[in-house]
Amino acid sequence: MYVAVKGGETAIAHSLDLVADKRRGDRDVAELSLEQIDQQLGLAVDRVMTEGSCYDRGLAALAIKQARGDLIEAIFLLRAYRTTLPRFGASEPLDTTRMVAERRISSTFKDVPGGQVLGPTYDYTHRLLDFSLAASGERAEAPTAPADASHALPRVGDILQRDGLLEPPPSNDEGEARDLTREPLVLPASRPLRLQNLARGDEGFLLALGYSTQRGYGNNHPFVGEIRYGHVPVSFVPEELGFAIEIGEIEVTECDMVNQFAGSHDVPPQFTRGYGLAFGHAERKAMAMALVDRALRADELGEAATSPAQDEEFVLAHSDNVEGSGFVQHLKLPHYVDFQSELVVVRMLRAEVEKRREQAGLAQAAE
Amino acid sequence: MSSNPTIARRQRWLSVLAKASGARLTALWQAVGLTPSYTVLRRPEIGLVMVQGRISGTGAPFCAGEMTVTRAVVRLDSGEMGFGYVRGRDARHAEIVAAVDALGQRAEWVETLEAAIVTPLADEAEARHRLIAARAAATRVDFFTVAREAGA
Repeated sequence: MYVAVKGGETAIAHSLDLVADKRRGDRDVAELSLEQIDQQLGLAVDRVMTEGSCYDRGLAALAIKQARGDLIEAIFLLRAYRTTLPRFGASEPLDTTRMVAERRISSTFKDVPGGQVLGPTYDYTHRLLDFSLAASGERAEAPTAPADASHALPRVGDILQRDGLLEPPPSNDEGEARDLTREPLVLPASRPLRLQNLARGDEGFLLALGYSTQRGYGNNHPFVGEIRYGHVPVSFVPEELGFAIEIGEIEVTECDMVNQFAGSHDVPPQFTRGYGLAFGHAERKAMAMALVDRALRADELGEAATSPAQDEEFVLAHSDNVEGSGFVQHLKLPHYVDFQSELVVVRMLRAEVEKRREQAGLAQAAE
Repeated sequence: MSSNPTIARRQRWLSVLAKASGARLTALWQAVGLTPSYTVLRRPEIGLVMVQGRISGTGAPFCAGEMTVTRAVVRLDSGEMGFGYVRGRDARHAEIVAAVDALGQRAEWVETLEAAIVTPLADEAEARHRLIAARAAATRVDFFTVAREAGA
């Protein structure tokens, strides 16, 4: 237990000064601008926006600079900032068929309508350090090819669904989804609430859980039905206007995972699905989220829930890195009073043991 | 889009203006040189909109995460109210959108604003999308499976 302490103001102030000094680093090296972080460390910005659960590239870049590149600290800063802002409402659900895609692949169909578009991916790199990047210089612009941006991008899921081979996603026309930032998480959670939890959840945690399902801890035999990354408009109905307007465009990554089929007496066998959605370009996160989303459906699909990734309480209660980092790191705060009381208990117990030993020794000697 | 042409025009304008960059809109607005007299009913205010996604893209909605949004409301001296809702935290952007929305409700300004601001911004947005699509198209692949096709 943490008990409030007083004192140390000067030391704390000087510690903050030291943080600021370390943040700036060698004054002979140019200072980073937020634009540089946004443009050249864009995937870090994407992760902070996703897990900070707030789409704002400038704020995420600022948080990364302030946290000196510690992304979990940056996520914490962004989460704290968002609590200071009023909520205007909820958007209309995103229509990702309207995405202007930078990347779109399917691992289930090679001739997917709309084509396999690799976009900017590390998938086919050799993971060799590129020392040419160590020096600055002119970089060539990416090549282009004739394209049509005006067509809607068909979904792989819809194609399979048409033949009844794939379960349709649950529909719900009750309007706005329930919101974890407005109400506490109650278990068992509905799938929309689980997805919200996973969307802001720690990528590393979800990656490990997703990986565990592949290794056999709740395997559900996944295929990437489709991954797409690109730009989608966000529609919103301002109360005063009463009609929908697009208030901006955001980048998102979407993963629709196709999984092991299930069937019953009434339902013929069909593939099942897991879903992942992240801000920016964040495929690893979207895929891990989709794997865990599917694993958490064990009960619904009549599968034995025997593995950590299938345990809703375990997953949802430990996915948030702001909560996790807070609770782990609070151990560094003064626990002196708490520890003192434990110390007293241990000393007392040791004294008792010592006393019993002495008495036993005396009894033996007497015999 | 609404079937009411007045609302449909406002929807289109507000969407085009919001999706443009604040700097670009400001430049076009200044170039038009209009200085309408208006009252700011709601000073630009930064807030959040919860972005909703859909399960597997088409299913039940869920909360995907928030985004920052700035809104402003102005009223022309002639009475028309204009609303600006834009992604991000650019106060000037939201206020200009509101001013253009208000002016657009006066028939005599529709053509000028359409030609000087809305059409150019819509064209630029389309060009941005075309460039994204063209760069993506250069990375389109055909995967050939190595396994022998049936009947071959």
